[in-house]
Amino acid sequence: MSLPNQADEGITFDTFMEGVWRQNPVFVMVLGMCPTLAVTVSAVNGLSMGVATLFVLVSSCLLVSLIRHLVPKEVRIATYIVIIATFVTLVDYLIQAASLALYEALGAFIQLIVVNCIILGRAEAHASKNPPLKAVVNALGMGVGFAIGLLALGGTREILGAGKLFGISLFGEHFQPWVVMVLPPGGFFVLGGWLLLFALFRKKPVTEGGHAHD
Amino acid sequence: MSMELRTSPHQISERNVPTIMKHVVLSLLPVCAFSVWQYGLSALALLLTITATCLLTERLLNRSAGQASTLGDWSATITGVLLALTLPPSFPLWMGVVAGFVAIAIGKALFGGLGFNVFNPALIGRAFVQAAFPVAITTWVPAFSAQRFSEFVPTTLTAPLMMPPDVVEWVKLQAVDAFTGATPLARWKFENVIASTHDLLTGAVTASAGETSAILILVCGLYLAARKFMDWRIPVAVLASAALTAWLFQLYDPTHYPAPTFVLLSGGLMLGAVYMATDMATSPVTPLGVWIYGAVIGVVTVMIRYFGGLTEGVMYAILLGNALTPFIDLYTQPRVFGTRQQGKNK
Repeated sequence: MSLPNQADEGITFDTFMEGVWRQNPVFVMVLGMCPTLAVTVSAVNGLSMGVATLFVLVSSCLLVSLIRHLVPKEVRIATYIVIIATFVTLVDYLIQAASLALYEALGAFIQLIVVNCIILGRAEAHASKNPPLKAVVNALGMGVGFAIGLLALGGTREILGAGKLFGISLFGEHFQPWVVMVLPPGGFFVLGGWLLLFALFRKKPVTEGGHAHD
Repeated sequence: MSMELRTSPHQISERNVPTIMKHVVLSLLPVCAFSVWQYGLSALALLLTITATCLLTERLLNRSAGQASTLGDWSATITGVLLALTLPPSFPLWMGVVAGFVAIAIGKALFGGLGFNVFNPALIGRAFVQAAFPVAITTWVPAFSAQRFSEFVPTTLTAPLMMPPDVVEWVKLQAVDAFTGATPLARWKFENVIASTHDLLTGAVTASAGETSAILILVCGLYLAARKFMDWRIPVAVLASAALTAWLFQLYDPTHYPAPTFVLLSGGLMLGAVYMATDMATSPVTPLGVWIYGAVIGVVTVMIRYFGGLTEGVMYAILLGNALTPFIDLYTQPRVFGTRQQGKNK
């Protein structure tokens, strides 16, 4: 751990890395599968969806953490949803203004960020119990982890399904596209493959080094 | 005098998985030989490549899982051979490697190996490449071309990851009379031309490597059934239900729907009914269940052929039958002797 441990409430390197590695939303917690499978037909789509979710996640976790002592327990979920929906509306307009093509490619899934279980999950499980800075660092890690997951899926599906990465042709014009990879079954195949790989990576330190990385 | 006390079974059968599988492979040899005679080097290369891929994948996955090698049960060999027989003879070899890997890795090993797989592994491999490479899997070449033993079909040796070249020019050079590049099922569906029964029986039609001669597949199947290496009820149920469904449709509109003989003999129905549907791990075990399973496959095949977007439906029909197998087994359990009194369940 690069940063020294502070008090009980302290921010450690693991506060950030938890979402990237140990509790990666896509590869370990397997949360938010709806956008993960639906929009990752290309690396650009995957990455922009990841960044959009990252923005909503960080902003709502910050706000939830700031007002955590003010919200009565009984209405907290409704409050979180209103906060999340506000930021999603913001992102929705932002993407529409920035790139209409991307907006059309992502379709309803931008609005559906509001029901992404990672965001509500982090608000409920972490942000509502921790001070703002720690909540933001943790949310940043989770968002980065989610974006990495979506980029990995989108990249793999674009390479196999179109022979391109970020729209740049990799294998020349005679490449044979794997049609299945840009279809829904391809999403499941690639996700399964990545889950398998990630499980292998995570398992190694436990079996060989004697202790896990957590 | 020493007396030995033993519990049943007292008569131990010589039959085990490797023996049965070995006989299935043996019975497939004539079908393979006919396919190679028809399509030459390309079919031979496809058969060998896919079988080798299946064996290699099985070995690698055994090793990575720390298991003893399961190559000796011959099941990976069957998967490879059957998979190659369901593909067009001109199928690029690198796509065959993909199909073989998917068949063993996703179709079998992920479920826990032989006996735990829900679906027929060979058909999983074929379904994957059908979805991934829809053009290559419906590109057909003529049988009995003159140079079939001296040169490959151009598509066979396509470089990995690359698109196979167009075979239209090559097919013209072969100067085979009236070759249309379509299977009998496609010609019926799109051109309303019905192939003659004689051609279908002897294999003088365009088709996948091992689907051509219905007679040969039936004879090989009869051998397996006679030696009780497979359940004869399954192919009989599949073929009977397909024939019955086709006959009902023909009664309804003879101008539009073909005769039951055409439905039985064309496409992969024979190969599927005899070799795919009878896979022991993925078919029901109860006597009644076997009939239901076969009937479902037969009816669904005809329905896909008549009303689906695809010309051939055997693969999806069998995969659907595989998926239903656990439920069929569950609801057709025979009554255990002595569990009923005076007509009432205890």
